[in-house]
Amino acid sequence: MSIESELSGLIGDLPDGVTEGVALGTGLADGYDIYESVVGSVAVTFNPMGVSSVDVVDELIGERFSERFGRGLIRAEAPSKWKRRIPDAIEAGRAGVVPVDLRSVTPFQAQVLNVTATIPKGEVRSYAWLAHEVDRPGATRAAGSVMARNPIPLIIPCHRVVRADGHIGNYSLGGPHNKTELLTHEGASPDWLEGLASRHVRVQGNFTTRVFCHPTCHVIRDSQAADIVDFHNTRQASEAGYEACEVCRPV
Amino acid sequence: MDEIWKDLVNDLDGSFPTVVQNMGTKIYWGLRRMSNGHQEAEDLTQETFIRAYSALSEYNRSRIRELRVEPWLWTIALNLGRNSLRDRSRRPTFVELEDSAVTDPEMVDGASWDRRLESLNSHQRTAVVLRHVVGLGTGDIAEATGRPEGTVKADIHRGLTKLRQAMENEHEH
Repeated sequence: MSIESELSGLIGDLPDGVTEGVALGTGLADGYDIYESVVGSVAVTFNPMGVSSVDVVDELIGERFSERFGRGLIRAEAPSKWKRRIPDAIEAGRAGVVPVDLRSVTPFQAQVLNVTATIPKGEVRSYAWLAHEVDRPGATRAAGSVMARNPIPLIIPCHRVVRADGHIGNYSLGGPHNKTELLTHEGASPDWLEGLASRHVRVQGNFTTRVFCHPTCHVIRDSQAADIVDFHNTRQASEAGYEACEVCRPV
Repeated sequence: MDEIWKDLVNDLDGSFPTVVQNMGTKIYWGLRRMSNGHQEAEDLTQETFIRAYSALSEYNRSRIRELRVEPWLWTIALNLGRNSLRDRSRRPTFVELEDSAVTDPEMVDGASWDRRLESLNSHQRTAVVLRHVVGLGTGDIAEATGRPEGTVKADIHRGLTKLRQAMENEHEH
């Protein structure tokens, strides 16, 4: 056999990792890895742009992902630049240094999600508050739909958005019991929220500072218990001479 | 290959995986015989296609149509081989589930060929591998390496002569 024909036989198989590595590196497929959270194991998906979704772990995760995002899903390790921060982001309910990829949502949805991301741990806001914050006061229901379709629950803390009547409302990541679990873990116990709602308390004011807040706002929670005054709504608080808190901007 | 190139113009995302399937083998084994070990050849192959994809997403249709696939991919691959890999910490990395050990698809006589190819200088080795392992024409090799075709032909000729000598020496010993 000639040298030339021997050389031409030196092409073997494509190594296993090439196709997947290229798919991940180009962003034609996302990677996913499993992380632990208060509500159990979750699958975090990511691509070079950032974290694209958080979902429950089951055998249909790939199907759900490609249906929603139109891309494949491959078991992978997150980019080393921020992979160690993912557990922190899940625990804090805050992306922090982890980039999020919101290409899958509309500008309105992104706006609502970005506002949601500002709700501090241990606090809750209403769907109506979200609508106000994005300057669409009539869009309470639309804000609710955005929460229901939040691609990145836990890290974008949609569990901190509850109904104005004190009921915690729905939760997309595994159901409402997970929302209860998360809120309890973060110190905004649903029992307490529902207790306030049953007494028709929507906002609370500080008798000394004359500022009123959402009941979970850290500004009012840091007040002396004896200073806290209950109000049925923002109008009642204003009429009593209280100013709206600039931190939680109650509605 | 021409058909795939047409698809790339119309549907980059849909057809790119096919390009990787079709061309990946040649790129990997070519790089492998140019003195890169398994892991490095695999990384370079991935990086070549990732760069190619990112370039294609910015090219307009006529520029894609004018590209000559194989020499173009090899230009990228050879450039990457010369420079160290860029920081890849920004992207996800594939995890092999069944076996965490690296799967090296090396062929039985791979090491003996590397030993023989070591007697060639790097221009000769690149030219011989591209011509006879990968199967590129001398014009394409000239385009990919940026060297004149006459020089490429001379490199191949001298490289093959050295390989023959190396093999004769093996038989004598």
